[in-house]
Amino acid sequence: MNRRDALGRVALIMGGTIIGADYFLTGCSSPSQEKEEKTAKKSPPAAKELKPVLNQEQVAYLNEVGDTILPTTSSPGAKAADVGGFMAVMVRDCYKPADQQIFLKGLTQLEEASKSKNGKGFLESDTAQRTALLTALDAEQKNYAKTKTKEDPNHYFRMIKELTLLGYFTSEVGSTKALRYSPVPGKYDGCVPYKKGDKAWATT
Amino acid sequence: MEKNTYDAIVIGSGISGGMAAKELTEKGLKTIMLERGRNVEHVKDYVNANKNPWEFPHRGGKTQQMIEDYPVLSRDYTLNEQNLDFWVKEKESPYVEVKPFDWFRGYQVGGRSLMWGRQSYRLSDYDFEANAKDGIAVDWPIRYKDLAPWYSRVEKFAGISGNRDGLPQLPDGEFMPPMEMNCVEKDVAARIKKNYKDRHMVIGRTANITVGHNNRVACQYRNKCWLGCPFGAYFSTQSASLPAAVATGNLTLRPFSIVTKILYDKDTKRAKGVEVLDAETNQTYEYFAKIIFLNASALNSAWVLMNSATDVWPEGLGSSSGELGHNLMDHHFRAGASGEAEGYDDKYVYGRRANGIYIPRYRNLFGDKRDYIRGFGYQGGAGREGWGREIAEMNIGGEFKDALTEPGKWTMGLTGFGETLPYHDNRAYLDKTKKDKWGLPVLAIDATIRENEQKMRIDMMQDAKEMLEKAGLKNVNTYNGGYNLGGGIHEMGTARMGRDPKTSVLNQHNQVWDAPNVYVTDGAAMTSAACQNPSLTYMALTARAVDHAVGELKKQNI
Repeated sequence: MNRRDALGRVALIMGGTIIGADYFLTGCSSPSQEKEEKTAKKSPPAAKELKPVLNQEQVAYLNEVGDTILPTTSSPGAKAADVGGFMAVMVRDCYKPADQQIFLKGLTQLEEASKSKNGKGFLESDTAQRTALLTALDAEQKNYAKTKTKEDPNHYFRMIKELTLLGYFTSEVGSTKALRYSPVPGKYDGCVPYKKGDKAWATT
Repeated sequence: MEKNTYDAIVIGSGISGGMAAKELTEKGLKTIMLERGRNVEHVKDYVNANKNPWEFPHRGGKTQQMIEDYPVLSRDYTLNEQNLDFWVKEKESPYVEVKPFDWFRGYQVGGRSLMWGRQSYRLSDYDFEANAKDGIAVDWPIRYKDLAPWYSRVEKFAGISGNRDGLPQLPDGEFMPPMEMNCVEKDVAARIKKNYKDRHMVIGRTANITVGHNNRVACQYRNKCWLGCPFGAYFSTQSASLPAAVATGNLTLRPFSIVTKILYDKDTKRAKGVEVLDAETNQTYEYFAKIIFLNASALNSAWVLMNSATDVWPEGLGSSSGELGHNLMDHHFRAGASGEAEGYDDKYVYGRRANGIYIPRYRNLFGDKRDYIRGFGYQGGAGREGWGREIAEMNIGGEFKDALTEPGKWTMGLTGFGETLPYHDNRAYLDKTKKDKWGLPVLAIDATIRENEQKMRIDMMQDAKEMLEKAGLKNVNTYNGGYNLGGGIHEMGTARMGRDPKTSVLNQHNQVWDAPNVYVTDGAAMTSAACQNPSLTYMALTARAVDHAVGELKKQNI
């Protein structure tokens, strides 16, 4: 990718706020982490066999959480794209150990929040209860983000939401059913009519 | 010995090396092109080019393992699981950063021609005369008229799409039909024209063909060039110069060939060949030729020279000037502005244009005078936000999801690409205490941008904001994303051209003053950086130098 593309895309994705060319706000890369990498670099160890961070039960749980964030509408929901499985891969391969711990602990926190708000676990809750809970958690993380500095720990629900969005909208289901996908456009037209309700292109 | 003798040797197979091989072989010279890395076969080895986004397990993100393996590359978007194979294995080929320097290398046949940004612009006499007028560094030994016909030659071969804009600071070339601006860009361009006499927003000139050319298929608007193009729609060694060279029957390509030195003959004062270390077997070989083209990329070409003829010049071939490895330049970028365009909710685009817009330099030209010298151009573009946007009033759920399946606001961003000056103290040198995988000494790089560039970056932000606001955009914000020298991936200047062997490494034909049958025609040759993307200039310098070399060979001067 050339730099213009990268910067252009970040500008578009972040709505004009340039925060670096990563897809993720958490995990996968951050300036402080790179600094650590640089200073901690000694003799390079061989490629590690990575242990899973999330088990199948947690994957199933996250699929339900994801499906509440992005439920079935006129297009399939996040569970249909197995965002739980996607999160397991991303948390294992891309997250720093500290973020992995935040994420894992977050699952317990989410469950506890469900019990205190709805009087039962997330999986036992009905759709309305699940939605109310996650709406509150999202408001909480948005509020946290307002004063969060780079050094502060990431919020677990922001991680879950980000990975749900990324996992869903870049999946085959999300790209082709929720969005429009054209692998080989064949031409460029810089000005086509658009009417409300038309789907966005899956890749820009 | 007999079978290792050719008419010409080309060291490196990237943009300029590929062009050298093509020009030399087409003129009938038996040529060997030596490449330090593996072979990459056109189409067949573009293993990810036809994958869908969901076929990448991390959807293009960086894993912790990748960050550990590629600590330099991980500083930028360039570290991406989609084309990891095209970047150098950093642990095999370390370098020393005396000051932070981003060195993003591609060690394979085709070099970085496989991943380059493809923006292709001519320099003008504002650039060739700049050092002389400002009284800094040394004067370019050539002017625009010397290079113009060679720009034309390589443009016609490479296939550059662009518009003839008639701007003196950005000379027009031999263009294929331009790509189109989108509706927001068109309106912004018109408003910039109305508000400023000397500022122009034009469509990018890019080495993506817009009509079929030499058995290559026109751009399909997938915008996945950096994975290798199965259509051959962008210029690379593989898509264009290599097949042309192979077709002559005069080319030998040898991958896994690390040139460790140029063999210099003290008696004839000429190079007689090169020493090669086979990267797979660690065997050493010698190859001989009358002409040597050094196209290993700016820093590695300097490295080869530093390791050559050290019995005559301890600091290497070309070091008699005291300038070898010095004057390291790049383009500084990642400063600009972006904003929102209102009133286009009923407009969208079709296709993914592998190109953007360009605003050529206007600072310190046409009577303008700043508190720094030289200037910058802008690259950028407009588009509608996607699913990654924040929707403040929504949190989760069906309504939120459906909102994200529609495109968001139109936004437009501009990023400056600024000229860096040729500072003698910005340099690379051999660090013999540190060795690479093959036991070869590595480069230490001691270079940084200075006051002139820092002042320019303020304009790069403020001018972008002002232009976008005058063009009617709202919520315009500036940004300065920080920059290390090298991050522009336009390394230049480490064996500069000049008029005097005492102050330059190369003469006006790119010959090493101290060994006239050695031509250096990659970024190392640049006397100043200008602010335009430089690869097209390397191609033109290469074609011009090959013509000179073959003429000199016929006259038995080399």
